[in-house]
This record gives sequence, C-alpha cells and structure tokens, in this order.
Amino acid sequence: MSHHLSNLTLKVWRQSGPDNSGHFESYTIDSISDEASFLEMLDVLNETLIGENKEPVTFDHDCREGICGTCSLMINGRAHGPERATTTCQLHMRKFKSGDEIVIEPWRAQAFPIVKDLMVDRSAFDRIIESGGFITAPTGGAPDANLISIPKPVADAAMDAAQCIGCGACVAACPNGAANLFTAAKITHLNVLPQGQAERYKRVEAMVETMDEYFGSCTNHGECEAACPKEISIDVIALMNKDYRAAKFKNRKELSRN
Amino acid sequence: MAVELKSKVPTGPVSDAWESYKADVKLVAPNNKRKFKVIVVGTGLAGASAAASLAELGYQVDAFTFHDSPRRAHSIAAQGGINAAKNYQGDGDSVHRLFYDTIKGGDFRAREGNVHRLAEVSVNIIDQMVAQGVPFAREYGGLLDNRSFGGAQVSRTFYARGQTGQQLLLGAYQQLARQIGLGNVRLFNRTELVDVVTIEGRCAGIVTRDLMTGQVASHAAHAVVLATGGYGNVFFLSTNAMACNVTAAWRAHRKGAYFANPCYTQIHPTCIPQSDETQSKLTLMSESLRNDGRVWVPQNPDDNRSPDQIPEGERDYILERLYPSYGNLAPRDISSRAAKRSVDSGRGVGPLKNGVYLDFSDAIKRLGKPVVEERYGNLFEMYERIAGENPYDVPMRIYPASHYTMGGLWVDYELMTTVPGLYAAGEANFSDHGANRLGASALMQGLADGYFVLPYTIGNYLAPMLNKPIPGADHPAFKEAENAARQRFDAYLDIKGTRSPDWFHRELGKIIWDYCGMERTQQGLEKALSELPALYEEFQKDLRVTGNGESLNQTLEKAGRVDDFFQLGMLMCRDALERNESCGGHFRAEYQTDDGEALRDDENFANVAAWEWTGDPTKSNCHTEALEFNTVHLATRSYK
Ligand SMILES: Cc1cc2nc3c(=O)[nH]c(=O)nc-3n(C[C@H](O)[C@H](O)[C@H](O)COP(=O)(O)OP(=O)(O)OC[C@H]3O[C@@H](n4cnc5c(N)ncnc54)[C@H](O)[C@@H]3O)c2cc1C
Ligand code: FES
Repeated sequence: MSHHLSNLTLKVWRQSGPDNSGHFESYTIDSISDEASFLEMLDVLNETLIGENKEPVTFDHDCREGICGTCSLMINGRAHGPERATTTCQLHMRKFKSGDEIVIEPWRAQAFPIVKDLMVDRSAFDRIIESGGFITAPTGGAPDANLISIPKPVADAAMDAAQCIGCGACVAACPNGAANLFTAAKITHLNVLPQGQAERYKRVEAMVETMDEYFGSCTNHGECEAACPKEISIDVIALMNKDYRAAKFKNRKELSRN
Repeated sequence: MAVELKSKVPTGPVSDAWESYKADVKLVAPNNKRKFKVIVVGTGLAGASAAASLAELGYQVDAFTFHDSPRRAHSIAAQGGINAAKNYQGDGDSVHRLFYDTIKGGDFRAREGNVHRLAEVSVNIIDQMVAQGVPFAREYGGLLDNRSFGGAQVSRTFYARGQTGQQLLLGAYQQLARQIGLGNVRLFNRTELVDVVTIEGRCAGIVTRDLMTGQVASHAAHAVVLATGGYGNVFFLSTNAMACNVTAAWRAHRKGAYFANPCYTQIHPTCIPQSDETQSKLTLMSESLRNDGRVWVPQNPDDNRSPDQIPEGERDYILERLYPSYGNLAPRDISSRAAKRSVDSGRGVGPLKNGVYLDFSDAIKRLGKPVVEERYGNLFEMYERIAGENPYDVPMRIYPASHYTMGGLWVDYELMTTVPGLYAAGEANFSDHGANRLGASALMQGLADGYFVLPYTIGNYLAPMLNKPIPGADHPAFKEAENAARQRFDAYLDIKGTRSPDWFHRELGKIIWDYCGMERTQQGLEKALSELPALYEEFQKDLRVTGNGESLNQTLEKAGRVDDFFQLGMLMCRDALERNESCGGHFRAEYQTDDGEALRDDENFANVAAWEWTGDPTKSNCHTEALEFNTVHLATRSYK
C-alpha cells in the first residue's frame, strides 16, 4: 500500500533565462505519496505554484520511462539522484524520507548552457553525431540482412554501447565536463560492427575532434560510469582512444596515398 | 467544398499494385531535385527516415521537431520489436501472410492496397536498418533472431533487447544527422508547428513557434510531410511520452485535411496499473512478455491471498481459457477487454484491485532464470523500479492503458492528405492498421512510409511543378496565419483564470476514458458530447497560464496542445457514436456477439469515416471511403 512522505524541503535552482543569474529558491512539499515519481513530485509543486500565480519550475522530460534521455537534474549533487542505474524520471519518492531536504540543480557543464531553471541545451551532443556518428548507408541499396553474419558476442557488445540515451549525466558528473563516455559509447557501437568498418577510422577522428571543440578533457576520474543510468562501461573509452591513435596513423597514410 | 476520397490504389491484383505504381510514377531528375523544398515535421521514425531519404535523393529538406534533438522522439520508447515478412525462421511466413494478418488484426477496416505494400517493403526495412548498424538480437550462429507477437502464429518480430524503438530511432537519427552535417537538411529543433498554410488549394507551407523565444515564423515549401505521431495523450494517462500531442494533425485538419477514424484507439493490455492520484503517465510492459508470461486472476473475487498461495485450481488463466489457440498472445483489443472484464467483475489484483497478474513462474521453471533474464531483464528491472516489486519472485500486475491511435489524417495510396501537397506518415496517418494495430507493426509502418513510400510518391506530385514559382513566406496567407497564431497564444495568456492546462487535460482525459475508452455505449458517448463542450467552455474562460509568450514557457505550450485535444476529443466521441458497430479497438457494448466479441456490421460500416472540419468540432461532416476486399475475404475475426 502506498504511504505518504511529509514535510520535504526542496531547494530548486531558478534562473529566468540563459543570460540571467540564478539562485536557489526553497519550497515545501507538505505531503506526497511514496508511489509518486520524482518528476510527479515536481508536477505537484508546479501545480501549486500555478495556483499561487507564480511561474512553475521549468525542467526537461518526456518519456518518463528512462529511455528518451530528456530528463536530467542534479539531485543532492548527484546526476539523476541517488539510485544506481536510474534516470530522474524513474526515481520514486519511496527512496526519500519525510523531512528530507532535497537540492535540485540543472546539469552544470560548459558545453550545456542553462536555458531556463533546470533545463539545459545539450545540442553539442548532436554536433558530435553529425560529424561522424553514423554508417553511410543510403536508403535502398542494402543487401539482405542475413548476408552479414555477426557473432552474438559482437552484436551484444555493440548493443551494450548503443544503449546510451544521450542524457548527458556523464558530462554533468565529470569534474572536467568531458563527453568521453557519450562519444566513446557511440563510436564503440559502430566500430565493433562489421558494417562499421569502412568508416571506422574516419569516424573516430571526426567525432573525437568535434567532441574536443565543445567539451573538457578526460582525466580518468570515472565519475561518468558511476553516473550513467544505462551503466555503460568506461571500457568504451579505451576502445575509442585506441582507435583514435590508430586513426591518426592510418588516415595520414591514406592521405599521402591520394 | 467536399473532396472526393480517391484511394488511388492502382487497379489489378493487389500484389502487383506497388510495382505498377512505381512503373508509372513521374520522376524528378537528380539535378532538378535540389530545386524543390520539402518540409518534414516530426523526426521520429517516420519523419527522420523521410527527411534523410529525401535529402539523400537531393531535395532541400527542412526538418522540424519540438524536441531538443531528433533522438528524443516518442519512437524511442518502443520496446518489443518490428515485424517483417523475412521468413528467416522458415515457419511459414510470407508477404501474403503478413498482409493477411494485418488486415485481419485490423478487423477488416484497413485499405488492402496500402497494407499489401507495407508487407512488401517490410523486408527492405530490416536490410536497411542492419546496413545502418542497428544491433538487432542474434542467434549464436550470427544470424538474426526473431520472437512472436500478438495476433500472429509465426515468429517474424525483430528486436534489440527491450529497446527496439530506441535502436531503430538512433539508426534513422544517424542518417538524418549525416544529412544535417552535410548541409542537406536544416534542422529546426525546439520549434513547434502551430499552423498549416494553404494557398489556392495546395499546401504552401507551415507556421511555427520557436519554443525558446516564442517567435512565430513562416516557412514555405513545395510539399509538407507531417510525421508528428499519434494522439493517445487525449486520455491524459497513456503510455505515450508526455509531450505527444495532436496539434500538427489537428491544425492540418482545420485547414482542410480530413481526419479519419478518430475513434480507433488502441488500449494496450500490459501496462503497470495506476498507483495513486499524482500519476502522470502509465508505463507499458512490452507485449513480448506475453510470449512467456501467463495472464491470470483468482477465480474467487474475495481471494486476498498472495499470488503464490493461490493454488493452480483456483486461478483463472483468462486468455488461455477464452482463446486456446492464441492463448496469452491474443490480439491487444481482445486481451484488454478480457482484463477489463476480470477487474470489473471484482477479481482485480493488487492494493487497488485494478490489475491482473502476468506470471513468469512457469517460464522460470521451464527455461531457467538466466534465459528469462536474457529475454526480459531490462523490462523486469523497469517494472521493479516503478512498482517496487521483483517480478522474478512476485507476478507482475498489469492493466490496459491508452497506447496507440490507429485513426489519423486520411491519406491516399501516396500518403497524401485531402490537401494537395500535404502528406502524413507514421502514426499521424490512419492508413494501415484498420481498427486495431498488431504489435510490432507501428515501427514497421513508420519506417516503410519514410524510407520506402514517400521518396517515391512525393516526386509524382513535384515533377509537374518544376520551374514554376511557388508562394513565398511573405505571401499574405502566411502573414494571416502568423497573426492568428500569435493571437491564439496571447489569448491563452490573457484569460487569467484559475486552472492550469494540466488540470483541464486531466478532466478531459477522464471523460474520454470513461465514455470513449475500452467500451463505449450510445448513452455514454452522448453524455461525453454534452460534458465536453461545457468543460471546453470552462477552459476558454478559466484557464491560467503564468509567465509570458516571449520566452520559454512550458505552461503556454501545454495550453495550445490541450486546446487541440479538446476539439479532437469531441470528434472522437462523434465518430464513436456514429459507428454503430464494434470493430477492433472500437467496442460498442450494444454490438457484441453472445460470447462478448466485437460484432461488425460489414453491410453498413465496411468503410473509412473521414471527417471534414466545419468550424465546430461537434458538427463536423462525415465522408466515407468504401473499403473493398478483393484479396482477403471478410470474415469474423476469431482467435479461439
Ligand atoms: C511505450 C510504447 C511502446 C511501443 N512499442 C512498440 C513496439 O514494440 N513496436 C511497434 O511497432 N510499435 C511500438 N509502439 C508504437 C510506436 O512506437 C509509435 O507508433 C511510432 O514510433 C510512432 O512513430 P512516428 O514517427 O509516427 O512518431 P513519433 O516518434 O511520435 O514522432 C513524432 C515527431 O513529431 C514531432 N512533432 C509532433 N508534433 C509536432 C509539432 N506540432 N511541431 C513540430 N514537431 C512535432 C515530435 O517532436 C517528434 O519528433 C510503442 C509505443 C509506445 C507508446
Ligand atoms: S524522461 Fe525520458 S529518460 Fe527521463
């Protein structure tokens, strides 16, 4: 049966626009069901704010199933809050206690400017994909799918990396604001597959260099792996680095041949 | 000014129709394609695949999404899989069988020509997605694996763990991203379509609102594709993502595009039941779970024992009992109603007695926990996070919820709406699923439309327009539409009432769920049609939108969407009221067989109801397109 939590104090980051300065605002939630999700708790807060003729708190969210990667939030200093392998939208109030104080902030990273309140702009991720995160396969010319046989462990490894939801928790958790886990997950997904081989080195070079334009550099803190709601392993970064070094060598050789 | 509903399916055997269409279609030469601008609204599976393919062909493409990135579209949430008539399992599948299953699954309310084409191109989709690097599940030998889904007796569903939609969308998004990187597609993210503009009977472009700045702007094009998803959120509680809405389709409808079969909505049998009053959405548990999970309720309504204490003999495995040949894999509408009836008869389970069990204990005994974990691990985890119970130990509790909408903009064989130059693809159109969609067929349809249909059919419309000028965004019709949009959004802000858009949405959803949900009656629908206009009037008088219209304002965005949902809701009830039969997801209690199955009326209703906007959503005009079944014989759908 559901229980209610009472007397929660929320300290929420409020910022009216990208160029404005922000501040923390305190709100009290008198009572909330422990079956409610964290975002439903914010819905309740927002309904109350609208009732008081105040502007509700802006936050990003959509699927509320942990798959679209739209939700974010630093909750008590942790990306997506306290629960392992769980996005903010999947976090439930049963993980909190009556009387708790909860600090809610946006992702903080140079590459993710704040748009309003708790919403940030993560389009730098899209720039990385646009630079090379694909296999060139125009519509129509594909051979029969079963002509390409892929050993199950390889398909599984690609899938493990491909699960990334692009939420940006890795960047938010990183003291340097690096996007290595995100970029490496995408590169690994494509670079381990037979279909991805033709562009393997071109891809890694383009993506890493685009990443470096926007994001900080990785100094192996490992915070990204701990924060990742999809538990993507930091091993993908090793593969990216290996391929990147090889790319520098191979691509130069290719060029000199032309 | 009624439009004649011509399907444009080529005459002759349905199996030859697509080939014969392609043989006759007008083409635009490669070097001329860049002279045409095509707008694609929506970057889900249908929109991303269409935008990428059209740009590859050489058209100038502008793509729009209200999301921050194309990768967020609701398609990402699809779990279970995608169908294709590959027959890799050698279990008797074929294009014809997929075609037949889809027509039958849709309760004989879809157009044969479109469905056959869908089955034909299904095989190309898998080839295409594999070439793009989608990591579908594989057998140990390295070949693709399949599973089965409701309404089929073959294994034709391809999947990527429980995240098939995610992997397919990422595939399509990557192709789109490539075209954006190459400069062939301009992407307008966080930009919402707020109107469609027609000039001299053709679609001339769209009017958008920049969600970051509130700026309203016009975009002219030779053709416009709406791939803006379904309207399942009219129920407020549904499995759709929070932002899914009907605005694009509805605005097009108000500009002359007929809206077809709005009452065909799908209630999915396996969702996690509502747990409390703050609930904002319902979570789907993939239908694939019914491959190994068994649905049951206690025989005795007063049985309050925990499920493991209830002996076999005192359980009612409802689907296995009622539909022995399909068992737990009976189609969605049928399974949903069976669950509803169990709960209505007081045999519901869980603290609120609002669910039925989906039990894996036999599967775990038979296959071992590792195999079950391999198949469904991430779904089980998701369930545990939400419900707080571990499905390896305690059966899941599930209940039906709004999930998918078969109705949508009426389109012909070319996917063109009744407005020339305006196309609809994916869930936004009505075309392929009749009155009920089979599992794993929406992803297939979205990708079929975007990759393999529109790239052919759009050229047929554009070719004759070569080198002819089109109205620009400075045309008075655009200015007029811009002003109307600005006024509409200002008006929401000016009401200054007392209730939030969400409050109205919840109330609207309750009415639609109660009277136009899983079971409908004449009396209920009439009641809804008297309550809805009253609530809508209250919305127009008592809405409160805080903030302003010149910067990001989620409450204002929501107000516009709820407004359109109200109007759609009224049309849905009208449609449900006038369709005096039961078929698929439209179950009218007055029309059922002795054992409670849907009773169709083929004499009077073997047709598509396509509604024309008249200015008042309760007074729309109904036009019909007769459905002809030349290949499949109309039969009573039986899954016994
Ligand atoms: C939880 C869940 C699980 C599912 N599982 C399966 C499954 O296993 N197999 C299957 O086949 N189907 C499944 N479905 C159904 C399937 O996912 C959808 O029908 C399909 O993905 C819809 O794709 P689409 O491209 O038509 O629309 P969507 O993916 O919904 O995309 C709509 C796009 O339009 C944009 N948009 C909408 N309105 C506007 C506007 N006014 N202005 C600008 N942009 C706009 C959005 O930003 C988005 O980009 C599932 C659905 C749900 C809810
Ligand atoms: S809202 Fe989609 S992942 Fe959280």
